[in-house]
Amino acid sequence: MSAQKDSLRERIIAAIKRQQRPTVTILSSLLAVQDEIGYIPQQAIEEVAVRMNTSNNEVFGIASFYPNFRFDPPSDHTIEVCWGPTCHLEGGAAIVTSMLDKLGLSEEGDSSDGKISFRLNTCLGACSQAPVVSIDHELFGRLDEESAMRLIDETI
Amino acid sequence: MNYEDLRTKANDHWLSLTEGDVPLISVGTALCGHASGGFRVLDKIRQYLSANSIAATVQEVGCIGLCYAETLVDIKKPGSSRLFFKNVRPDEIEVILESYLVEGNIPSDKVLGYRGLHGPIDNEKCLDDLPGMALQNRIALRNAGTIAPDDILQYIASGGYEGLSKALSTMKPDDVIEEMKKSGLRGRGGAAFPTGVKWSFLVGAPGPKKYILCNCEEGDPGAYNDKGILESDPHTLLEGLLIAGYATGASNGIVFIRHGHDGPIDRTERAIEQAYEYGMIGKNILGSDFSFDIEVALTGESYVAGEETALMEAIEGKRSMPRFRPPFPAAYGVWGKPSNINNVKSLSYAPEIISKGSEWFSSIGVNNSTGTAIVCLSGNINLPGLYEVPMGMTLGQVIDDIGGGVSGDSSLKMLQTGGPLGGVLGPDSRNIHIDFDEMREAGAIFGSGGIIVGNNKVCAVDLTRVLVAFCQYESCGKCFPCRLGMEHLLEIIERVANCKSIPGDMDLVQEVGTTMESSSLCGHGQLGFGPIRSAMTHFKEDFRTHIEDGKCPTGSCYIRRITPKNTRPYAKDFAAGEHYVKPS
Repeated sequence: MSAQKDSLRERIIAAIKRQQRPTVTILSSLLAVQDEIGYIPQQAIEEVAVRMNTSNNEVFGIASFYPNFRFDPPSDHTIEVCWGPTCHLEGGAAIVTSMLDKLGLSEEGDSSDGKISFRLNTCLGACSQAPVVSIDHELFGRLDEESAMRLIDETI
Repeated sequence: MNYEDLRTKANDHWLSLTEGDVPLISVGTALCGHASGGFRVLDKIRQYLSANSIAATVQEVGCIGLCYAETLVDIKKPGSSRLFFKNVRPDEIEVILESYLVEGNIPSDKVLGYRGLHGPIDNEKCLDDLPGMALQNRIALRNAGTIAPDDILQYIASGGYEGLSKALSTMKPDDVIEEMKKSGLRGRGGAAFPTGVKWSFLVGAPGPKKYILCNCEEGDPGAYNDKGILESDPHTLLEGLLIAGYATGASNGIVFIRHGHDGPIDRTERAIEQAYEYGMIGKNILGSDFSFDIEVALTGESYVAGEETALMEAIEGKRSMPRFRPPFPAAYGVWGKPSNINNVKSLSYAPEIISKGSEWFSSIGVNNSTGTAIVCLSGNINLPGLYEVPMGMTLGQVIDDIGGGVSGDSSLKMLQTGGPLGGVLGPDSRNIHIDFDEMREAGAIFGSGGIIVGNNKVCAVDLTRVLVAFCQYESCGKCFPCRLGMEHLLEIIERVANCKSIPGDMDLVQEVGTTMESSSLCGHGQLGFGPIRSAMTHFKEDFRTHIEDGKCPTGSCYIRRITPKNTRPYAKDFAAGEHYVKPS
């Protein structure tokens, strides 16, 4: 257990140190950790605080402000569905609800089998292809309920 | 290397690429191309070429603007024009490449058009004669979709960095600002403030560290033009940033992009890297005394981070909450240094304005709105896309002539313009001109250029509910008029949408809305009431049917709706959750 924890801490430190951009901030370090391990564990809060010479509270305050951070390990795959106005007009709401039904969820969250994390996103940036779904950062556009269900099947 | 030598080198490179011995295949992989499977198409092309030992250059390009035709693949065979194939699916690659490259036949049903100096291919139409293209005047998007964003030489070969070279060698910083003022360019981020005047604020500020910030947060649902420029032609923006830096005496530029939009981020960073390599950024640019550094900064998901002072907070790595003003950014900006914030589109006009002159630019468009409008057309429209049209064109022309009309066997009911803080226009809005002042008078704003089209099957209350839910979700929580006001507004609109409104609801909406307008700290709260007010003005009947008859006129409010539960910490108690209405 402790060895596992240490290796997690090492990965976090490596991710923070590996940042290439000239300006390193609390936010950029948190984003680097999230990119590397997919979430912000307690160790990440501590390591970022130490390196940025600030308190754990300050770091958590920033992390909790941005909804793209999560604080527990994500499932194998992350599905994000856009709920913005364009996607809504093109049938996004039906895709959201049928996906939730299929995953056995009532709102954003992780499916009980640990395979899918489901999130709503305000903007995936491809409005011309609405409605848009992102699966592990790959975008899929012009979906309907049927093709969205097929995507989930293929992902699982 | 001076600019002329660089230009010669770039031209040679361009010639060898386009007039060489092997075909040039370009695939659109901007966000719109990505969402339609562009990367899978790209893989298939590479597989096919290597399996059949065909030599060809394959490159990724951005978005040519005809997003409805994505994935677009264009093939330029030696000695002939570029031929564009539309809506290409990965499983069609084999047929297309085999018939066009190997057998020399043209699969006409997949062809969109040709473009190039070698003239028509068979009987295919010219791409620029398509209605969507012919009415455009592409300035900021002039290279989008035709050159590879990761190749600086292709940009230089198409006239890139000429404006910077001209400014550095023949103009004083004051001349550049004067030229920008004369062009009449107004900021394209939403506030429409004259860009030249804005730049002049930074001139007198004490140095040596001064920042030009470029805002590509762009969380507006329905707008993707900033990301489109960064993905398709990042060097245009970098050149604009450099010109702004030279004109204002700034030392650093920061391009601010939302985390997660990998295409725009990667391509901008690659472009910065190349520009350093070629001496366009860094010390003594093009042999002059001018030095300038550019970097990319990322934000987490936050719409308010697009507000200029919140943006500076996010760059400093904090919560993206707006600051009190004064002090204004030109005096106390990012890291406490003088700063100037510009939108991607505003900066992307600068290179062409400097190289072609302010008179040329101000001759396009109308009186107080010069130049072009970069429009993102989406929603219930036949040909959604990213179009650049002269200012002063009517909304009707954009929707019918360029966008191909309203989709879904239905007629136009509403237009949502200027993002979620903009406004909603009714079906009689076809004659309104795209003009900052005229749009504002009509109760909407042009804003960042997103136009979302709604047809007759959409209920205005339903669309308003989505807009308010968005604004509530994105409220940063710093000032209470916005934090609490948005919650109240959403609560009331939810009630109306669910046909459960109580007497006095509409008066309450007015009261809460006007309070937010007068007392919120930043534009998010001040403008958040705009869409509701304009929707209530233009669609009285929809609201009345909900309130008095207790039913939804189109039925679109009966769909089960989910909104995110993870709102920002302050708003946690009001998790909108699930709302389910059974048709009565």
